[in-house]
Amino acid sequence: MSSVTVGSHGHGDSKSGHGKHDHGHSAAHGHADAHGHGHAAGFISTYVFSKDHKVIGIQFLFSTLIWFLVGGLLALAVRWQLAWPWSNVPLLEHLYTAEGGQMAPETYTMLFTMHATVMIFLVIIPILAGAFGNYLIPLMIGADDMAFPTLNMLSYWFMWPAFFFFGGSFFTAGHGASSGWTSYPTLSSSPAAAPGSGTAQTMWLMGLTFVGVSSMMGSVNYMTTIIQMRAPGMSMFRMPLTIWSMFITAVLQAFALPVLTAAGFMQLMDRLWGTGFFTPEGSIINNTMHTAGGGQTLLWQHLFWFYSHPAVYIMILPAMGMVSDIIAVFARKPIFGYKPMVYSIAGIAGLGFIVWGHHMFVSGMNPMLGMTFMVSTMMIALPSAIKVFNWIGTLWGGHIQFATPMLFALSFVSMFIIGGLSGIFMAATPVDIFIHDTYFIVAHFHYVLFSGTAMGVFGAIYFWYPKMFGRMMNEGLGKIHFATTFILLNLVFFPMHVLGAVGFPRRLADPYHYDTFRFLKPLNQFMTICALLLVTVQVVFIFNFFYSMFFGKTAGRNPWRSNTLEWQTPSPPGHGNFDFQPVVYRGPYEYGSPEVSTDFYPQTQEPPPGVSNPPAHGH
Amino acid sequence: MGKIWSLLFLLVLIGGVGCFLVAPSYNLTLPQDVSSHGHAIDHLYVFILVLTGVVFVATQAVFFWFLWKYDAANNREPVKYTHGSHTLEIVWTIIPAATLLFIALYQMNAWASSKMRMPNILPTVEVSARQFEWRLRYPGPDQILGTRDDLFHVNDLHIPVNEEILIDLKSQDVLHSFFLPNLRVKQDAVPGMKIPVWFKATETGSYDIVCAELCGWGHYKMKGRLVVQSRQDYDRWLQEMYKAQAQTASPPASEEDN
Repeated sequence: MSSVTVGSHGHGDSKSGHGKHDHGHSAAHGHADAHGHGHAAGFISTYVFSKDHKVIGIQFLFSTLIWFLVGGLLALAVRWQLAWPWSNVPLLEHLYTAEGGQMAPETYTMLFTMHATVMIFLVIIPILAGAFGNYLIPLMIGADDMAFPTLNMLSYWFMWPAFFFFGGSFFTAGHGASSGWTSYPTLSSSPAAAPGSGTAQTMWLMGLTFVGVSSMMGSVNYMTTIIQMRAPGMSMFRMPLTIWSMFITAVLQAFALPVLTAAGFMQLMDRLWGTGFFTPEGSIINNTMHTAGGGQTLLWQHLFWFYSHPAVYIMILPAMGMVSDIIAVFARKPIFGYKPMVYSIAGIAGLGFIVWGHHMFVSGMNPMLGMTFMVSTMMIALPSAIKVFNWIGTLWGGHIQFATPMLFALSFVSMFIIGGLSGIFMAATPVDIFIHDTYFIVAHFHYVLFSGTAMGVFGAIYFWYPKMFGRMMNEGLGKIHFATTFILLNLVFFPMHVLGAVGFPRRLADPYHYDTFRFLKPLNQFMTICALLLVTVQVVFIFNFFYSMFFGKTAGRNPWRSNTLEWQTPSPPGHGNFDFQPVVYRGPYEYGSPEVSTDFYPQTQEPPPGVSNPPAHGH
Repeated sequence: MGKIWSLLFLLVLIGGVGCFLVAPSYNLTLPQDVSSHGHAIDHLYVFILVLTGVVFVATQAVFFWFLWKYDAANNREPVKYTHGSHTLEIVWTIIPAATLLFIALYQMNAWASSKMRMPNILPTVEVSARQFEWRLRYPGPDQILGTRDDLFHVNDLHIPVNEEILIDLKSQDVLHSFFLPNLRVKQDAVPGMKIPVWFKATETGSYDIVCAELCGWGHYKMKGRLVVQSRQDYDRWLQEMYKAQAQTASPPASEEDN
């Protein structure tokens, strides 16, 4: 770790940042020494209970990718039942011997509940904030680690009780929670209501709490690190959009999570100690009388969505940030409208707190209230639209290189257009009356979360893999992975829109005994076949991921000729990240700048003599 | 290669539009509407479909065109070094904002008539959902619900055609949702709440009642039937049911719970 020798580079606006950094730096430096001793102590503290943000990030990455596979397999079982209801499930037949090899209807409710739970709480949220947030934040702002390395380590290890509770619930009665990932009472709060509402639901709530604790630790750490530990010259408006999106996501987490945690405890108390927060008077559920009453089931929905709607943005904003960075690098062009991009992230986050009621248009909530939520929901489409226009603007006049990370980032934009536009149907309250709880909704959030976020995450893996492991992933395999995934996901998810238009409901183990939906079976069979193929082609990715780790081309520091700070470090960066003190002279998107002869202009590169240094982001 | 990737993204545009154009000929569109208010909902759906369709085609087309044209392998012009355009930002903020605000205002009337302007009539029937059936309670000859002459029935909801129907929707245990796809009606049944649901059926016939909110393992089979009859047939049906109920010696068990 080099000593701080930045005084000579000091320029107008970096003074305060410099002072702050000094403070944060010396604190982290002290820690780095302490950690150095741990390193000498052995393998465990370096790779297992590590306090290095990069190791923690990669730990999150591996854990979440394994759960991604679990979630995908759960989805396939759901799809199997939708295509060939009550037929024997291949490979799982021996699990259902009591039912003669078929899936029981309660198993079906468990499968979609746990599919969503795993994908949301164990994959998307932790892979964005936990894996990429951890890995990228210190590197991209020029810090040597997070502000609180021990807290950071704990944020990972607090995921393990969650893994245990969610994973363990598969082995309890009902084989897992089965009241939907939204866990609406009184189905979820009364153990008599469903086989999965017993121990499994208690474990689900415990798992959720631990995920929340983990996220909160991460969130506090990210906010502090980004505010306090930026390198000299790295003003807020010189931060890459990845960091902006991680920062705003951390703020969202910090404000929304306490509500979910409290609601989770209330439901636990309803279940374990007989309180009645969510149970009204005189409910008789499955012949079981619930003595405590006086509660309101809708209260849970308000509390749950007060968190879980902002959580939707927690699940997409970091991907938007990463995609912005990837697009600028491979278009070899500055991002179009940097500040509007930042403001629209902030706008989405702000509006995100006042739209939760759109999940409750037909819930029995006062319809007048529904109307106000409808207006705020319509308006949240605006910052999303601005982002799309700016991404397209970034492509305009660029030198677009169709490398694998870029293909995934481009598909994020293309697919997010679909996911964004379908949201307008649901925001329209009268239309929502019809399409609420149909496959139209399923189409919408899979376009946002799978075709959007997950594709963005794939792009980010291909993009930052060389930094993480020092080797490039194979381009040919990457492109095969991209093309097949892109085509198949559209064949799986696009027809869901038209299913929804017919009114095809979600969460039915066998929808075909309704006259209205009987004719939809062949289409569902087609979608299931595509879904099977979609999961199968991920083998290409898994192979590429592990093969490249050992046999990939060595990457060097900056294989993509990128401007941001992480690419100025060795690949992979050593403990303490930078082998020089980074000083930032400009914004992160100076591609094709006339100031230099190369088509990129790293943030740390000293300006040529005679060129005045712009005070902040250059425009 | 860049051209091929651009064409792959063009497929999104072609496939997306194609899917929605072809779907209606396979009946993959809104099911038959037999309600008086449904056309307003269907109109809004089509309106938004066309509007979003235009935006979809425009953005995907420009997206494709930029990928095609600015492929690094072909584009010999220098990179356009720009950080954005204030004018463009204003334009693409104001226009979508105005459009979204228009949609927001445009739909309010349909929402209000579906959910806010309750007709001033006595309830036609009480629908009480429970795992996994729809319990029905008709007011009986005195026209008042909750009295001793009420008529009880399950899953088989008869109503007269072309008359305003008011339903008291309840749940006895967990959440359910009363979904009539052909009448564009959906309303959750919430334990502890009595929620009014109203509509007017315009054609006689038999239609599905679907439970649209997860209510447990048997959610998929919580199926009811809505029979829309002429006033004459409906009255006759009520008489028959009433007679049949009077003949059974013991009063139905569900009379105790309200």
